Amino acid sequence: MTTTAPPPAAPPAARRRRRRTTSDTGLSRVFRWLSTGAGALILLVLAAVAIFLLIEAWPAISAGGDELSARVSWFPEDANLVTFVGPLVFGTLLAAALALAIATPLAVGIALFISHYAPRRLASALGYVVDLLAAIPSVVYGLWGALTFAPLVYPVWDWLASTLGWFPLFAGPASQPPRVMLTVAVVLAAMILPIITAVCREVFLQTPRLHEEAALALGATRWEMVRTAVLPFARSGIVSASMLGLGRALGETMAVLMILSPGTLYSFAVLQAGQQQTIAANIAAQYPEAPPLGVSTLIATGLALFVITMAVNMAARAIVARRKDFSGAN
Amino acid sequence: MSTTVEHLPGDSTPGQDQDRSASVRAMLKGADARRKRTDRGMTVMVYLAFALAMVPLISVSWTVLSNGIERFNLYFLTNSMRGVFGGIDAGGIYHAIVGTVQITLAAAVISVPIGILAAVYLVEYGRGLLARSVTFFVDVMTGIPSIVAGLFAYALFAVFFGPGIRMGIVGAVALSVLMIPVVVRSTEEMLKLVPNELREASYALGVPKWLTVVKVVLRTSVAGIVTGVMLSIARVIGETAPLLITVGVIDSINNNLFEGRMMTLPVYVYRQYQQGYVPCAADAADCISTINFDRAWAAALTLILIVMALNLLARLISRYFSPKLR
Repeated sequence: MTTTAPPPAAPPAARRRRRRTTSDTGLSRVFRWLSTGAGALILLVLAAVAIFLLIEAWPAISAGGDELSARVSWFPEDANLVTFVGPLVFGTLLAAALALAIATPLAVGIALFISHYAPRRLASALGYVVDLLAAIPSVVYGLWGALTFAPLVYPVWDWLASTLGWFPLFAGPASQPPRVMLTVAVVLAAMILPIITAVCREVFLQTPRLHEEAALALGATRWEMVRTAVLPFARSGIVSASMLGLGRALGETMAVLMILSPGTLYSFAVLQAGQQQTIAANIAAQYPEAPPLGVSTLIATGLALFVITMAVNMAARAIVARRKDFSGAN
Repeated sequence: MSTTVEHLPGDSTPGQDQDRSASVRAMLKGADARRKRTDRGMTVMVYLAFALAMVPLISVSWTVLSNGIERFNLYFLTNSMRGVFGGIDAGGIYHAIVGTVQITLAAAVISVPIGILAAVYLVEYGRGLLARSVTFFVDVMTGIPSIVAGLFAYALFAVFFGPGIRMGIVGAVALSVLMIPVVVRSTEEMLKLVPNELREASYALGVPKWLTVVKVVLRTSVAGIVTGVMLSIARVIGETAPLLITVGVIDSINNNLFEGRMMTLPVYVYRQYQQGYVPCAADAADCISTINFDRAWAAALTLILIVMALNLLARLISRYFSPKLR
């Protein structure tokens, strides 16, 4: 840095400084810039997702409801973009919430089974199986749900509608064939189950051994040990796992597209066909034959989905970050 | 816990040693009855939850295998759907395999260098606001719905090349948006496992930082990184929705990533499912009414086999090539 001779009083300091500067020249500097650039590129991509979606959605956002319904065949009469997106958002949230309500307790149960109940040798094999199942593509689940699961499930849905029909969620009559929201929710739950289970299992296995042994030494039964030592420790992990599952369920396209008989109502009737539709499935269904303005409309709905999932994800991260301080993990 | 208190007063009368030990045993057993029942009940619940969840998972695997195995043969793997119509007993997935391999490889070529370099940045250089926000947004990015990634890739290319664009490379960009965060996460975990002593030893020998990172840090963790990359490929290879809207469908073989529509395996499964039953004339000899579903199952089986093979390969690599740290 300095071309003048170093002061004779402090030669070691000067030498050290010079060496530090030489270590960040040439290829080292290039490499540092490369990797920093890759990090920054990720932020750039995320910003680009929002920006390009906005650019392509702009024609639909700026057009009025009349123009949209005149030029896009499937756009409903006397509606605007907001009243068009509303039921889709509702359907998306309903599907994801139902799937999560089914999957979370089961996933916690499975994870407990693998981490604390199953024999150890069986447990590691089961963990591996669960990891493999998480990798089965969603289109396969859709195929299975539509061709194998849906034909089997009608008697159960019919029974639900006749016994619990007073409850708005199960209002009858159950549709046959059961291309209904509840079928979709069960398939979605099966899809997100391995993901939630995998995260929960990791967290359960990290419970401090001493906490568990202390609970057992106080005379706790196995369930009491789980309730007093494992679950409190893992609470934030369970929350983040189910948020991860929620994110998956919100954006899931193929299973919904292949099973659900769509409709655009604000309806809680999950046993009737033609009531709800999700954003993602609607995009995939209408996209291939949409006119340019229709594509813009669909991209606008996609933007809404993007915002929702971002909000869910950020909320999950915030919850986990806040709970981390109190979880007893440290 | 509260049940123990209820039993205490009755047992407090003084008596002989045998009496007392018997009463203590009775107290412990009596107190435990309800807790034991709860414990048993919860054990049963946990086992039931496990059994219940295994049903769909086993059912999926079994149906795909049993329905797909019949049509899964060399002819199916080496022929395309060109000129195949109605219920004729022909057609295969060669064009879909070509598309899937090309698009997935292109996605890997885009996302692996970016992902690994970003992970290197986070572990070796990252300080301050930029590093914190990269960590945070990588987490957020893992939650982007796949169809939004597809819309983004379409929008990106539509701005520059005009609307209605369908190319293999657009699908590859969509998949790489989904792939980058997975690669970053797994590589970051692996780089963190490299002991600091190795870096310090390298610095002590006067090796510059970039060479230390390339020759020591990345070299030590290469097995883990390869495993992570394989797993991320296995994750995106089954994505359907983004490819459906960016690459489209076609019945012939297209070897060019940069021009025209391509078929991919997941989209092929969906496309065959969507075409449904074929109406057959009663006296038609060469007509199978369920041919489309049969092809869909066989393609689904192929897809699952590919994903499983990638997963197994990843496991084997991480088992046999990872450095022994302890």
